[in-house]
Amino acid sequence: MKAKTRAKGYMKLQRKETLAGLLFVAPMLIGVTFLTLIPIIAAFLLSLSEWNFVAGWDGLKWVGLDNFQRLLSDDAFIKSLLNNAWFLLTVPIYMAISMFLAIMIDRNVYAKSYFKVAFFMPYISSVVAVAIVWQVLFHPSAGPINQTLMALGIDNPPGWIADPKFALVSIMMISIWISIGFNMIVYIAGLQAIPKDLYEAASIDGANGWRKFLNITFPMLSSTSFFLLVTGIIASFKVFDLIAVLTKGGPIRSTSMIVWHLYETAFTNLKLGYASSMAVVLFACVLFITLLQWVIQKKWVNY
Amino acid sequence: MNSVIAERTRKIVLTIIMFAISILFLLPFLWMLSTSFKIEAEVFTYPIEWLPKTWNVVENYHEVWVGKFPFYKYYWNTIKVSVLTTLISCAVSALAAYGFSKIQFKASSYLFIIVLTTYMIPQQAILVPQFILYREIQLFDSHLGLILLGSFSVLGTFMLRQFFMGIHQEFIESGKIDGASHWTIFWRIAFPLVRPAVATYAILRFIWTWNDYQNPLIFLRTDALYTIQLAIQKFTTINGEFYSLIMAGTVSGILPLLIVFIIGQKSVIEGIALGGVKG
Repeated sequence: MKAKTRAKGYMKLQRKETLAGLLFVAPMLIGVTFLTLIPIIAAFLLSLSEWNFVAGWDGLKWVGLDNFQRLLSDDAFIKSLLNNAWFLLTVPIYMAISMFLAIMIDRNVYAKSYFKVAFFMPYISSVVAVAIVWQVLFHPSAGPINQTLMALGIDNPPGWIADPKFALVSIMMISIWISIGFNMIVYIAGLQAIPKDLYEAASIDGANGWRKFLNITFPMLSSTSFFLLVTGIIASFKVFDLIAVLTKGGPIRSTSMIVWHLYETAFTNLKLGYASSMAVVLFACVLFITLLQWVIQKKWVNY
Repeated sequence: MNSVIAERTRKIVLTIIMFAISILFLLPFLWMLSTSFKIEAEVFTYPIEWLPKTWNVVENYHEVWVGKFPFYKYYWNTIKVSVLTTLISCAVSALAAYGFSKIQFKASSYLFIIVLTTYMIPQQAILVPQFILYREIQLFDSHLGLILLGSFSVLGTFMLRQFFMGIHQEFIESGKIDGASHWTIFWRIAFPLVRPAVATYAILRFIWTWNDYQNPLIFLRTDALYTIQLAIQKFTTINGEFYSLIMAGTVSGILPLLIVFIIGQKSVIEGIALGGVKG
């Protein structure tokens, strides 16, 4: 009898806990449901349709997997994917520069905070403002970069973002410049987690700076590097602001990337169904890399 | 003794080299700043004049702030959107983080996994459905719509949850024995303990919202509602080839945030590092 009432009391208590818990997480759950979960399901459904939303809901036509078939033979889309692939090159480049800067700042200089703020500035600045500054710097005839190059005796400097051959490289350069700050800060945090006595032991054994880097610093930073590599790859799929402000995918599609192409298809050409099929491809790419990260991280424990 | 001096000289030399590298790295900013002080005719003189010959500061910045396309309006819009987004996002994330870490209920872990998986979804993949939804429920082209888009952060929830988990369960239990509800425990005991973490997240959220370009571009139409990022771009288009004015515009776009960053420098850098190391 007594046990029964106690169990009942416990049940009541548990129900109260559940109610409290649900109330606390409710705002987040409602927000995520309406702004992320329903939209991602809708994106999958829309990718199976052809729809110019100006025509209203009646204009929606189900076309099955046609959109995906079209993507395979859409030169503009393939070109954008290829540009995304080229863009991946920025990741190891800014990681290497950031690691170098982090090591210099963490151990070898005075006025650490100055350097942290200085290299972090492009990351904190708005991409729009920074892009506009670079646009002027890259001005083919009057811009300071080409004036300097001509003064140095290079008669035909590239047209940078105006030149189809150099436009993507120019954007990659700006992107590297912006990304260094974030990567450097994460590397500095990684460096600070390395026990100092490892270096002392290495010094006693007579190891020089380079050996210490190869045998201690680099391997001890491997989990940080792995994290930065994954976030970097995912971020490279999402590049949009720089292109939207600087080139709008041009000249002659040389800087079109998957998100830009999606944006143009959806909001300029108003083909929402076709754009959604690109969204599905984008989602699949990011998902694939995230899953790959989980698998690798489980198998490969660093230290 | 000698080795100490050698070590110190090495450090000084490296500091000087690094300083030179940092100046080279910051040249675009220096060029922007110096150009914003110039008259148009002297913008592209070569060799570059880092200190303007003819100062035109007041005129340039006057035009940006209160001229034909006055920035003060767009500052106000951006402050409104950024502050409200930050406040709502902190509240929603802190509540959810407490719920997921300090209240034991059955569905908790499942719900948390659902929230976490949405983190993998790039926002660009759901732009089209969000756009359609916003048109249907009249949130398109409104500040409220923009604020809601930034208010439900998985990252914030995850980050704050880590901190709530660091609070001893005994604190919570002793509160319960005293008959306090979860709301009282959250507000009186738990939240004050994680306040520094909330502050760090708040600064990051503020910076991200201030700098956001994509959402305002897609979800706002009316000029009067523009945030500063759209305003810089529009100002640039309007002023075509007036590079001194354009640079005054970009400086004005970056400066407020730079001040926030320098004040909250430690929190920002710690927040980034924390997010980075913990993944």
